[in-house]
Amino acid sequence: MATVEGRRDDPTGLDVIEADGATRLKPSGDWTVHEIGRFERPMMKAASGRVVIDLSELGHLDTAGAWLLGQATEGSDDPDGDACFEGEHPYARRLIAEVRERMAECEDEPKRDGGVVAMFARIGRGMIGFRDETVDTFAFLGRTLTTAASTAVRPHRLRWTATIATMESAGVNALPIIAVLSFFIGAVVAFMGANLLETFGASIFTVELVGIAVLREFGVLITAIMLAGRSNSAFTAAIGSMKMQQEIDAMKVIGVDPFEALVLPRVIACVVMAPLLTLAAMLAGIFGGMVVSWATLDISPAFFIQRLQSAIDWSQFFVGMSKAPVFGLVIAVIGCRQGMKVKGDVESLGRRTTASVVQAIFAVIVIDALFAMLYLELDI
Amino acid sequence: MTGAGDDEIIIEVKGLVTRFGSHVVHDGLDLQVRKGEVLGIVGGSGTGKSVLLNMILGLLTPAAGEILYNGRDMTTLNEEERRDLESEWGVLFQGSALFSSLTVRENIMVPLKEHVTMSRSLMAKIADMKLGLSGLPANAADKFPSDLSGGMKKRAGLARALALDPEVLFLDEPTAGLDPIGANRFDELIKDLSKTLGLTVIMITHDLDSLHAICDRVAVLAEKKVIATAPVPELEDNPHPWIQEYFHGPRGRAARAG
Repeated sequence: MATVEGRRDDPTGLDVIEADGATRLKPSGDWTVHEIGRFERPMMKAASGRVVIDLSELGHLDTAGAWLLGQATEGSDDPDGDACFEGEHPYARRLIAEVRERMAECEDEPKRDGGVVAMFARIGRGMIGFRDETVDTFAFLGRTLTTAASTAVRPHRLRWTATIATMESAGVNALPIIAVLSFFIGAVVAFMGANLLETFGASIFTVELVGIAVLREFGVLITAIMLAGRSNSAFTAAIGSMKMQQEIDAMKVIGVDPFEALVLPRVIACVVMAPLLTLAAMLAGIFGGMVVSWATLDISPAFFIQRLQSAIDWSQFFVGMSKAPVFGLVIAVIGCRQGMKVKGDVESLGRRTTASVVQAIFAVIVIDALFAMLYLELDI
Repeated sequence: MTGAGDDEIIIEVKGLVTRFGSHVVHDGLDLQVRKGEVLGIVGGSGTGKSVLLNMILGLLTPAAGEILYNGRDMTTLNEEERRDLESEWGVLFQGSALFSSLTVRENIMVPLKEHVTMSRSLMAKIADMKLGLSGLPANAADKFPSDLSGGMKKRAGLARALALDPEVLFLDEPTAGLDPIGANRFDELIKDLSKTLGLTVIMITHDLDSLHAICDRVAVLAEKKVIATAPVPELEDNPHPWIQEYFHGPRGRAARAG
């Protein structure tokens, strides 16, 4: 007799006895899902040729245990027949037969891809996905613009309440955080400029540095990135959960155009609020630079402002401002599009929200670079 | 383990009081569940059937009263005892509550991974067996919940609830939203399983056909209490107006005739 498994104080065990050209399996104790893990290997090894299972010592049996015992006689002509079993048990044979009958013959778990080929395949899929997303975003933008045009002809169709509400949540409520961030960016720029320019004895140029950096780039970029992180994800989540609850379908059936009711108010709100937020960001950034200049370079605020007026052209301000509505438009369009792309499951809501923020920030940076090249060519 | 009818009490709710703010849902509710029976819980919308289920499951804490499982107060259990208890219970939630990021097979394997030591391949095999047990086709194993129909989700949820061969199975409206044929099959499945595995089943249902077909006893929730617990034929003679309307309304008559 060879006891295969089972501690001494533990009645659950399995005896495997080879006799008369047959393998006799004698399970003992409770065979439940909690216990059978350690019997898998000995059972599978024993399950060849003629197998007889002795049920006399068996205690409690559940479906998992019944399945494993049933596997042993699987090779037999009549796996549930009398020839395969010995001993009495109140329900084991019935349970084993029932489980065998109901077992779904599933294919094995699919293997996960790996290796170099799979990596290239992923890169390829990524590229195709990028192209499709870009094309689709432009299609969405086009659809939004046509909706905007048809609403411009019939202004009473515009959802004023929704537009104003979005202006408040995406614009006014974002004001404090954008102002604070911008203040610090202005301060940091002034600090770096002061340190660097002082070595040339040209610390007064800190004013130009802060002015140009904040007006031309940082004011509008901070605004755009905050909008992308804050409002764009909110748009995706809001529209996406409406999509999941079939609210969008309900709208279509009732005859409400979701572009008119959901997308356009958000786009208009963003396009209007982005320049206003940018203005606030510029003021806060310059204020930050001014405070640092005063503290570290002894440039008084009055002198700072005077220098700002004389040294910096208005065009710097307009360059920054001109980008704001474009960023607002792009961010709102990407947020709404990703929301509309959400499918029925929670997983896709999370994926789309992430994609929405990533795409919006990516688009903002790329468009900013394009603007930089454009204004360089135009000598502004 | 098999055979309903022995009067051993497995779950007992005593004097349960549930309050949400000033809104009292249960006021001194008592309920006894016998080992091996299929107990139906019925009641109008908003009478706190699902809340009662969540109370028993320990997802909500009662304002007063106690809930005993095998004679032990559940609030006194420590972490480890609580874990052991969880492996003895299977729950099918109203919306199936499958994990959307996992395939059906992986969903069924979650309780196994959490509570049992065995090889992954054996877990997968046991998951496949539960899949068959709950009547899902084999090709559903590698699908994600979002690709399944409502009825299949229910079955997958049931397969997950059965993963650890629980002693007690809780079902929250298992046949709601299923077509009559699907609902019948589900009823038969529950009856089959409770017989084969000796399960104690507690199910909330609005489905009169289910009550007639598979419930050994039915508890009626009204007036913030369980006003009656009895087999269906006995309940039909109960004079309480809500019970009379429930069982003798047009739908009740149709279910009885069928």
